Amino acid sequence: MTRIVQFIKAAFFLEFIKAFFLAMKYFFAPKATINYPFEKGPLSPRFRGEHALRRYPNGEERCIACKLCEAICPAQAIVIEAEPREDGSRRTTRYDIDMTKCIYCGLCQEACPVDAIVEGPNFEYATETREELFYDKDRLLANGDRWEREIAMNLKKDAPYR
Amino acid sequence: MSDLRKVNIDGQEIEVPADYTVMQACEQAGAEIPRFCYHERLSIAGNCRMCLVEWVGAPKPQASCALQVKDLRPNRDGSPANIRTDSEIVKKAREGVMEFLLINHPLDCPICDQGGECDLQDQAMGYGRDGSRFEENKRAVDDKFMGPLVKTVMTRCIQCTRCVRFITEVAGVEEIGLASRGEDAEITTYLEKSLTSEMSGNVIDLCPVGALTSKPYAFNARPWELEPTETIDVMDAVGSNIRVDSRGGRVLRILPIINDDINEEWISDKTRFVWDGLGRQRLDKPYIRKNGQLVQASWGEALDLAASKLKADPETIAAIAGDLADSEAMKALKDLMDALGVKNMDCRQDGSGLGMGPRQEYLMNTTIAGIEQADALLIVGADVRHEAPLVNTRIRKSWIYSGLEIGMIGEAYDLTYDYDHVGTTPEDLQAFLKSTKGFARKLKSAKNPMILIGTGALARKDGAQILRLCGEIAKKYKMVRKDWNGFNVLQTAASRVAGLDMGFLPAKDGLDLAGILKACKKGTVKTVYSLGADEIDEAGFGDAFVIYQGSHGDRGAHRADIVLPAAAYTEKDALWVNTEGRVQMGRMAVSPKGEAKIDWAIIRALSSKCDRTLPYNNLEELRTKLFADHPTFAGLNVAPGADGASAFDPAKLGKAGKVNKAPLRSQISDFYFTNPVARASAVMAECSAVGDSDMINEAAE
Repeated sequence: MTRIVQFIKAAFFLEFIKAFFLAMKYFFAPKATINYPFEKGPLSPRFRGEHALRRYPNGEERCIACKLCEAICPAQAIVIEAEPREDGSRRTTRYDIDMTKCIYCGLCQEACPVDAIVEGPNFEYATETREELFYDKDRLLANGDRWEREIAMNLKKDAPYR
Repeated sequence: MSDLRKVNIDGQEIEVPADYTVMQACEQAGAEIPRFCYHERLSIAGNCRMCLVEWVGAPKPQASCALQVKDLRPNRDGSPANIRTDSEIVKKAREGVMEFLLINHPLDCPICDQGGECDLQDQAMGYGRDGSRFEENKRAVDDKFMGPLVKTVMTRCIQCTRCVRFITEVAGVEEIGLASRGEDAEITTYLEKSLTSEMSGNVIDLCPVGALTSKPYAFNARPWELEPTETIDVMDAVGSNIRVDSRGGRVLRILPIINDDINEEWISDKTRFVWDGLGRQRLDKPYIRKNGQLVQASWGEALDLAASKLKADPETIAAIAGDLADSEAMKALKDLMDALGVKNMDCRQDGSGLGMGPRQEYLMNTTIAGIEQADALLIVGADVRHEAPLVNTRIRKSWIYSGLEIGMIGEAYDLTYDYDHVGTTPEDLQAFLKSTKGFARKLKSAKNPMILIGTGALARKDGAQILRLCGEIAKKYKMVRKDWNGFNVLQTAASRVAGLDMGFLPAKDGLDLAGILKACKKGTVKTVYSLGADEIDEAGFGDAFVIYQGSHGDRGAHRADIVLPAAAYTEKDALWVNTEGRVQMGRMAVSPKGEAKIDWAIIRALSSKCDRTLPYNNLEELRTKLFADHPTFAGLNVAPGADGASAFDPAKLGKAGKVNKAPLRSQISDFYFTNPVARASAVMAECSAVGDSDMINEAAE
């Protein structure tokens, strides 16, 4: 029986025709390929990209050195040191993330009680040297300042599901 | 244990002493009871209501900490009372209590230093609701000033009053209290003054929430980051058991470990807050003095130079061991000096003449826990509160709970308890020996009398005579018998008893400390090996060549010609012998700073340069030799107490003779500055400054 079916398919070029239609379907369908870096694909508000440390609208840094992110980080990529600031508030003196260790699991932003450390939408931060990926507090705060609008928007979009 | 009662806990019938609380009974039955205000070593307050249990048949849940087993009525049928700790009523009652506690608690755990080791946090996990029903404003309380050690965030306080009870009962200074009532209740200090207790740091441990936290440790670390090491404290001769928490090679805090024989659950502020001194003024490289300046050198150069000096005529060499020297280092140094033929050795940096008689002569024979059995105590020239704060709390405990009668001969110090001030001078001691009135009568009628002699009374010219007088008093009042030894010397230096035990003393015809210093001035002693001897005046060494081995750049290092950097007490495995003669093992928490080495290893290296290589290559071998030469070191964690008391005759101690008129007083002038580690600590300096300013204020008033 299978031999007969095989024969009929071969005689009428059925498989060829099928493949042709498939090719034509994709030929006329909208393209998935985009012209990166000039065009960019959509990102989920939950996308976990480059880290950033956020500030409050008045410019005060959010991080209070509770060290929960350091504790939860499964890759142990975060190092924090803290001491009382002059006004007596609890602040970090050092906040380092080793981006080469980070596995982008997002647990740090889940653990953060004040939404200070977040993984922003930026994923384009490739560097030429390894050392450039050892982020310190200044770098993270600068990231926060640069991406604050997008981050705030993403958090707002995701808020109903939390 | 005669009066036993049966009680049924969670269906399990157990028998406990009648004066147990229900909480203790439940604990014995294996049921865990949450609590905030209850603490084993403080009086019962019963105000947090977290320990509620169900007494089947009773109309309401009962506070188990405040209910005694003997007050439990049996059931109608005569069966023992039923206590339930796991029923629905109990759970609901505790959840209600927790909800009330959390109403005014700020829930600022992320910025609270107690986070991670907080009783409220832990118990809220078990009994807390997921959200609050309280919609009104939380109350806020002003923070109080409690001095340089205790940081307060009073909004977090849940009014358990543990701190109030501790300061009143154990520390004995009554400086914290609960003011107002209801929602306005707040814990406050007396007139916002700094706490004057030398035990105040313990309220930090006691506080079940983050209302009282450590100021120097503020925001430094989280409990889960720290690496704990159990070791022994050396700030005084009590040998408190401590836990040293370190992170990344730095000691970050020191906490007490429970040891009922020694420190119970407390430690003094000096013990607790000295850690910042471990990171300051450290000697981390060898130095050699060239043209009057200490110049950095290599270990090889420093040891070669030291060895060349030690190869001289042994008559011109001397060795002095300081207050923080560990047993192994002293043993190694003594062995080296013996091998070199040096006779001039002394470990009694304070200049006392102890160590010539039997071992009981220089020990606290009654033991610290033994104070609780005593019913009369004569203190001779000791500021116990500052020489050994934990012995003082024991005396206070005994004074409160078992009516200890206390007499004092010597300068009148504020010891937090009342005493009969019998006299001030050694002559008063002579008079007391003949007296039959006043305190002498109390001492006579006492069953377990004891005498506590401070080293301040013994480290004087007439020290031997005072020792004899004290011994005669001990004999007269029958303080020493077969099962009780009431003769006590209160040592203040952590190294002293070990040094005396191993005979780190002048050999026959050798010079003692005073002799060595005199000979240094005269020029007959040309080289002095100072093992952390920092309490000796710089000028005392004359023109002698001083080889200093120690951890901190203090007095000793300033005068030194060679500085050999060594490990501090948290940086080595070492044996310590406390004032009771109890040998305890200290452990290494962090490694020595920079190029510094462990003490005994330095001396071992030096010995091979002197061609007198010591017969041990590692700590095990050293300890084996130490135990063989001095068997008392082998008995770990045991105090001799009254062992051998029947053969001990206190009246034969010291020398008979004339005493002078100078009043008996403690050698400690500033509690916070008694050793090089404490002197390097900024926190201790602050404490000392606060104490001074308080005194100035009082004088002004």
